Amino acid sequence: MRHAVNFLVGLIFGLGLLISGMANPAKVQNFLDLAGSFDPSLIFVMASALAVTFVGYRLVLRRERPVLAERFYLPSASIIDGRLILGAAMFGVGWGLSGFCPGPAIVSLPLLANGTLIFVPAMLAGIGVARLRMQGKASRADPVAQAE
Amino acid sequence: MTVTEFTPFASSLGGALIGVAAVMLMTLNGRIAGISGIVGRLLPPYAGADPVGAACIVLGLIASPLLYQAATGAPVVQTVSDQGGLMAVAGLLVGFGTATGGGCTSGHGVCGIARLSPRSVVATVTFMATGFATVGLMRHVIGG
Repeated sequence: MRHAVNFLVGLIFGLGLLISGMANPAKVQNFLDLAGSFDPSLIFVMASALAVTFVGYRLVLRRERPVLAERFYLPSASIIDGRLILGAAMFGVGWGLSGFCPGPAIVSLPLLANGTLIFVPAMLAGIGVARLRMQGKASRADPVAQAE
Repeated sequence: MTVTEFTPFASSLGGALIGVAAVMLMTLNGRIAGISGIVGRLLPPYAGADPVGAACIVLGLIASPLLYQAATGAPVVQTVSDQGGLMAVAGLLVGFGTATGGGCTSGHGVCGIARLSPRSVVATVTFMATGFATVGLMRHVIGG
């Protein structure tokens, strides 16, 4: 049941990206091109997604636990550090260069554009490298955490 | 560059669907709908990361264009760059950056801001800023 929900969430999320135009890198890059062929559509995607999520989360997070899981898995990090800013900055550069963020890139896989088939494996490699690097740092800072 | 049409209605509808998916995932399974994090859960180490659940979400995402095309009878319109080197560098930056910064457009930009997380606000402002700067430089300074 939980996995059927996961699949359905992916499906609805993907349809949202497709209908909104976010799965088209040209549209994303035109949004990011303030001085040129600016296409403000993405403001509507973000505003609408945020409005629904904001209200929905307010209602849902009053519950003690989710319907099908033990607890809510909410991010616990609260520190704004160089890692957060550097990571987000690098992501923005890659987003601008390609017009792809992770969701639209995955959704585009079955459409088999050459650029997508290069982008997605590179993205996975990037995630893998970042993880190895963070793991290495964590184990040097705290050898006990590594044992977990 | 490809000129795209301003689509406020379709974009609002699509955005609402993204919101519905995010709220559904939190209500039922208690998880944040951040796609970079979900993709990251497919990769080891798996400690408590529910890789099967993540794989089901990714499968749903991959199935979505097939359903879209079957339902509308029209192909998905997209223009993806054919420059292999550029796409490889961009993919590495997006993967490395989202894993290091703990989120992407969906995780920070939608779910995080909806939770009023200061980290997500800072991350979103930052990736928007470098995104605007990158396209601005690429198209108007370097030329393209």
